[in-house]
Amino acid sequence: MVELSHDSRPIIGRGPPLGAMFLALAAASIALMVADVRYGQLERVRGWLNSAAYPLQIAIDLPFRAWDWIADSFADRDQLRGENLDLTARLRLANLQLQRFAALEQENRRLREMRGSSAGVAKRAIVGSILNVDLDPFRHRVLLDRGASDGVFKGQAVLDAQGIFGQVWRVNARTSEAILISDAEHAIPVQSNRSGVRTIAVGTGDPNRLSLPFITGESDIRKGDLLISTGMGGVFPPGYPVARVTKVERSARATFAIVEARPTAALDRDREVLLVWFDAPAPVEQPQAADRPAPSATAPAPATGAAR
Amino acid sequence: MVGRRIMYWFSVAVGLALAIVPLPGWLDAMRPDLALLAVIYWILSSPRIAGLWYAWLAGLFLDVLRGMVLGQHALGFLVVAFLTHRLQLRMRMFPIPHQAAAVLLLLALYHFIIFWTDGLTGHGYTGWNRWLPVLSGALLWPLIVAAGDTLTRRSR
Repeated sequence: MVELSHDSRPIIGRGPPLGAMFLALAAASIALMVADVRYGQLERVRGWLNSAAYPLQIAIDLPFRAWDWIADSFADRDQLRGENLDLTARLRLANLQLQRFAALEQENRRLREMRGSSAGVAKRAIVGSILNVDLDPFRHRVLLDRGASDGVFKGQAVLDAQGIFGQVWRVNARTSEAILISDAEHAIPVQSNRSGVRTIAVGTGDPNRLSLPFITGESDIRKGDLLISTGMGGVFPPGYPVARVTKVERSARATFAIVEARPTAALDRDREVLLVWFDAPAPVEQPQAADRPAPSATAPAPATGAAR
Repeated sequence: MVGRRIMYWFSVAVGLALAIVPLPGWLDAMRPDLALLAVIYWILSSPRIAGLWYAWLAGLFLDVLRGMVLGQHALGFLVVAFLTHRLQLRMRMFPIPHQAAAVLLLLALYHFIIFWTDGLTGHGYTGWNRWLPVLSGALLWPLIVAAGDTLTRRSR
């Protein structure tokens, strides 16, 4: 390898013995881990360290962004024209639906006011870009370019154009980390739009698959059902699409059916997402608790996305 | 000496940056731990500069970059750095393939520590492909040595 003149350590000025140094630093790392995991007391320290990491993250994101920009600016006319036509057509369709929804929303709000519960509709949203940074291949986390300086808070719901994307899990000064609904540690309370059955959708670690482990054999869930958020737990706004059921397997012997769903949001393809603010629905309504499967009622902190 | 110190930090910083550069899915799972390989290389080639303290700081920075539990990678880097320091006189006499095998063991230990702390903090992922970086890192070792030796030769 290289020359031997570099002795392992000089005799004079060695500093503390290697073993002592090792023990001290090992104790320090274990103390850090315990403080971080058990007591969550390192938010401020992490904030400082993150400010140091921010330039590096931006520097890595920059070339990818520049490439996108260049590719955009050199897009040819036909392609732009095609996209424009497509978007116009879609906008027309969306406007048409909106006309209907405006009336419906008004009616809904009136009805809710009559019942005395607050609306729970997204009020304000900002667009956040996903930074081109890989955090961990086995966890579904992304880094967003919005942080505490934009008013982002921990536990904020993140949506994309097609449905619920995830929630903010850690807030730094200028960036925030979001956990996707497909992360194996995430769970979200959902409801079938067709039958109203409530349950919990748990991430599997696969961006195209959620699992619904608490569906009993008799529950009214069918392939193709749209699952929407219930708003229970107060993290996600109620009534937004989450996933579509792709597989239901019932067996006479098992108590629970094997149910899988595919998220409606483009979890692995999105480049931009929406961070939303909404009025948490008032926890007054508690309709027919009987049709809720028992385990979901006792599942620990379903909406927080905390460790199961 | 100063040049070497700069090179040490620069190479570790590059390794850390490459740890979060986006890669396509199949490559992502077998991304080698370049920062750790750089630390091992510098400990073998100039142990006066690359102490435990530096390795620990590099690991801590990796924790911050990837949003992990603070101290997790720091502990892994520290253990590997300590063992490399201990085995340093022997390891630098090894021929390159033999050295790569030693690095393989060190990387396996590092990934075991990460796996273990992951499990303790409740993030357990038990798929086989989390061990791929051990192999890719060991296979990359000859290149790391070649690159590092070229760099240090020029600085003298």
